[in-house]
Amino acid sequence: MRRRHMNKWILEFGLAMLIWAATASASDTIEIPGAGRQQELIDLLRQDCGACHGLYLTGGLGPALRPQDLRGKPDESLSEVILRGRPGTPMPGWQAFITRSEAGWMVNTLRKGLPDDR
Amino acid sequence: MIVERACIAGALILAAMASAHAQLRGTGDLGIVIERATGSVRIVDTSARAQIGRVQNLGDLSHASAVYSRDGRYAYVFGRDGGLSKVDLLQARIEHRIMQAGNSIGGAISQDGRIVAAQNYTPGGVKLFSAATLELLADIPATYGDSGQRAKVVGLADAPGQRFVFSLFEAGEIWLLDASDPRQPRIEKFPAGLQPYDGLVTPDGRWYVAGLYGEDGFALLDLWHPGNGVRRILQGYRQGEEKLPVYKMPHLRGWAVAGRRAFVPAIGRHEVLMLDTETWEAGGRIAVAGQPVFVVARPDARQVWVSFAFPDNGKVQVIDTETAEVIRTLEPGRAVLHMEFTPRGEAVWISARDDDRVMVYDTATLEPVAQIAADKPSGIFFSARAARIGF
Repeated sequence: MRRRHMNKWILEFGLAMLIWAATASASDTIEIPGAGRQQELIDLLRQDCGACHGLYLTGGLGPALRPQDLRGKPDESLSEVILRGRPGTPMPGWQAFITRSEAGWMVNTLRKGLPDDR
Repeated sequence: MIVERACIAGALILAAMASAHAQLRGTGDLGIVIERATGSVRIVDTSARAQIGRVQNLGDLSHASAVYSRDGRYAYVFGRDGGLSKVDLLQARIEHRIMQAGNSIGGAISQDGRIVAAQNYTPGGVKLFSAATLELLADIPATYGDSGQRAKVVGLADAPGQRFVFSLFEAGEIWLLDASDPRQPRIEKFPAGLQPYDGLVTPDGRWYVAGLYGEDGFALLDLWHPGNGVRRILQGYRQGEEKLPVYKMPHLRGWAVAGRRAFVPAIGRHEVLMLDTETWEAGGRIAVAGQPVFVVARPDARQVWVSFAFPDNGKVQVIDTETAEVIRTLEPGRAVLHMEFTPRGEAVWISARDDDRVMVYDTATLEPVAQIAADKPSGIFFSARAARIGF
């Protein structure tokens, strides 16, 4: 009886931990996208973001997004702009195509500079 | 004797090759395809449907555009990095090249072909250059407000009377520039509305229309009577509808006019708007496959071809202007960026960036008839633009 109770407790605790881990990974930590998805996101940054921010992210209708341009801007607010856009400006929200975790990965990528950047 | 004959024959062949190389030809069926990632352009022949040359070292050509000298021989290519290059189509080489700004998106050429104007984001303004030498003639900063801020310049186009018209994004103004004396241009300013994002001059040269991002509607300026000021048209066309995010700003140049009817991209809607160019009243909407970017008319205006913003940018739709219905949905390739008709419109060339190709369609059968390889192709500009007002 006692043992069965203990087992149930362990099971419930385990489940709770799993749920916590799953939700935490979706909102708090950044999962590294798979290689194929990484390339898609880099292409998106270069080509589609580049439509307004410039192919080399040197700015256009939208501001420049090189590492030096992002200095001092918190990760969370940059992710928020990617996902929800910036009201009053032409910057659209991309949350229909990008998860929060992917937006975080994109911010990290922008901070390092896009690969094969001049 | 045999050796002598062989030498003569060889010399003749060489001479024939040399003269073939310097063969006389016109440029009326030539054009360029921008390769945005490699900073190069391919020179193409629309009769042969083939590439005839390539020019490199043109800098950052993302969002590059081009205008033509009025003899159709030279393309002036405006690069994002502020580079302005005069490219000789016949010799496939750069005749002149300057860096004229930090961030630029396009330009125009004057009615008489003597002045090239560049529109710049950084520093915001317009610069006028000699079309012959690219010597700077005038620098017009797009300053507004009390503290001398500079606005990004969009929607620059030429207008009859040696004029240029353009819009100031942050300032919400339209400026009309008279370049009769290009070193001392005269400017008239008009309030336009919130955040004009692009503009065009109608094919007859009479009207300038700027699209507004910050409000529902377009700003219209009568270039015959600019003193009458700007009139707002298609006001409230998005009213009562949920605003969708706009993944790419529509381009207005290439404005399709068929009879009295103009076909215009709706911003943030999956629609092409129609309006009556006599009254400038709304004349209905056509549902399309995505957010339109380019809405361009075949030169005879019987068809309008529409390309789309991400994520629908693999499609192109053809509208019959008589019935105002979509008659075909095409899939020319991944990431369609631009469409250009041959001068009389029997064919249209469509760039598919992510498939590294330009597809050529027969506009009667709506079937592909040729394919040209290009590295991340974007804008396609044919020399027939040399003779068009507003191009």
